[in-house]
Amino acid sequence: MQIYLPIAEVSVNAFLLLGLGGIVGILSGMFGVGGGFLMTPLLFFIGIPPAVAVATEANQIVASSFSGVLAHFRRKTVDFRMGTVLLIGGLVGAALGVLVFNYLRSLGQVDLLVKLCYVVFLGIIGAMMFFESLRAIRKSRSGVKIPTRKKHGIAHKLPFKMRFRTSGLYISVIPPLLIGVAVGILAAIMGVGGGFIMVPAMIYLLGMPTKVVVGTSLFQIIFVTAFTTLLHATTNYTVDIALAVLLLVGGVIGAQVGTRIGTRLNAEQLRILLALMVLAVCFKLGLDLLIKPSELYSIGAGGGH
Amino acid sequence: MRWLMLMFALVTGPAWAEEVVLGLSRDKVAITATFEGSDILIFGAVKRESPIQEKEPLEVVVSVSGPSRPVTVWRKERQLGIWVNSESVEVDGAPSFYAVASSAPLSEVLSEGEDLRHQITLSRAIRSSGALHGFKDTRAYTDALIRIREKQGAYTVNEGGVVFDEQTLFRTSISRPANLTEGMYLTRICLTRGGQIVSEYDAFIDGRKVGLERWLYTLAHERPRWYGLMSLAIAIAAGWGASAIFRVLQRR
Repeated sequence: MQIYLPIAEVSVNAFLLLGLGGIVGILSGMFGVGGGFLMTPLLFFIGIPPAVAVATEANQIVASSFSGVLAHFRRKTVDFRMGTVLLIGGLVGAALGVLVFNYLRSLGQVDLLVKLCYVVFLGIIGAMMFFESLRAIRKSRSGVKIPTRKKHGIAHKLPFKMRFRTSGLYISVIPPLLIGVAVGILAAIMGVGGGFIMVPAMIYLLGMPTKVVVGTSLFQIIFVTAFTTLLHATTNYTVDIALAVLLLVGGVIGAQVGTRIGTRLNAEQLRILLALMVLAVCFKLGLDLLIKPSELYSIGAGGGH
Repeated sequence: MRWLMLMFALVTGPAWAEEVVLGLSRDKVAITATFEGSDILIFGAVKRESPIQEKEPLEVVVSVSGPSRPVTVWRKERQLGIWVNSESVEVDGAPSFYAVASSAPLSEVLSEGEDLRHQITLSRAIRSSGALHGFKDTRAYTDALIRIREKQGAYTVNEGGVVFDEQTLFRTSISRPANLTEGMYLTRICLTRGGQIVSEYDAFIDGRKVGLERWLYTLAHERPRWYGLMSLAIAIAAGWGASAIFRVLQRR
């Protein structure tokens, strides 16, 4: 069934969108990732304009993170204080990101910016995940335990220290603020929640305990992506609610299915699979930028100068 | 949904002073949220009081043009190894939709002089549509505009697409893409003889989005803050709903 998306101004098969939402939902349930970084490039591939894909995906992430954070509220694994500090940074970052986005949109370069960001980040993350899981598989085979150590990094030395009870930390607010800003910029430009950067940053840079990391990052992501959605809706008019709802329905169901599949499979091997998929998407996007396009010209909205 | 339009062209008076009189049974075009292509059916009849001229047959050219919008045409160039939008030309007003259909090849039906005066063929209609800003070879850019829009189905040329039976009955169907631009669509029907236009009739069709889709589009552009808040409310409700439903399912 073809459905006409009012904001994207293209007509797409509704089942294709439901299916995409479902597949990305299953993956996000299996791997515990938001899925935005896979969904947005897939939307490019089916012909949704990048500006609309980014803004709409931000809206969809609000839904999926809200659904996810509720479980963490019940388990009390959300560090509200840390979440708020990250959030303040995140809002600043999102505003900056939308500014950059709109500036490049007026120059006609926004598609390039979004695609370049994806190639770079998917490349880095895919490669890191791939090697890390390879190492983990090797270690689990040889039976050597990974040493854990408590680090006193830069977060302890900087001024403006604050106590975060839930995380059991007493650190400066500057590093979490900066992490927030960085993730906010990414959320606005790439249409992602940023969990895939936030989670490792919280563990390795801030030294937060793993059990509160996911809940806290989800808590922060809801507000940052909600803010991003509003900014895109009011400045670019690029949030397509029909598209968001279709992806949502598929995504929500997929996530529940994925969670169940994920518990039955080997975590490291799953991770390698995900890494390979991320690299494949990155490769396809990169190839499109490198190979001479068959049509050198493109049409943008007028009045941009 | 079929976009149906009835047109009756009546040629009245003596055969040499031919004139098109046109009636529209439906003057509104509507598209809804589910949409699978659509055709404009244009048909009519020539009523005659004198015998048919045998030596130079009457021909029909039908064109439909959508509202004009300014567009920027970008050209990609390789910079630092990747293909980047580098130079652009702005076209002040390019029709968002343009379709021409004729009863025989356009070069036979329409002389160049007439085309220049009335701007009927695709290249004439687009090139004349707006002044081009820029110092570059603008021809390549307008050609690209036409090429891309033709590929999207927004610009179509259908030579021989008008069926003209016995010099009396004519009909054609023009398909248009899903992304309709709202506004007035100018429909022109020209009767030509020996490359010269003997009669022309213009009619406007009101093309607009309807239903849910129209509501969303207007809301998004006119009350973006409310639209944004509504999107968020739907997202949060959906997230909460999903979590609640699956908790119930898990307990079972």
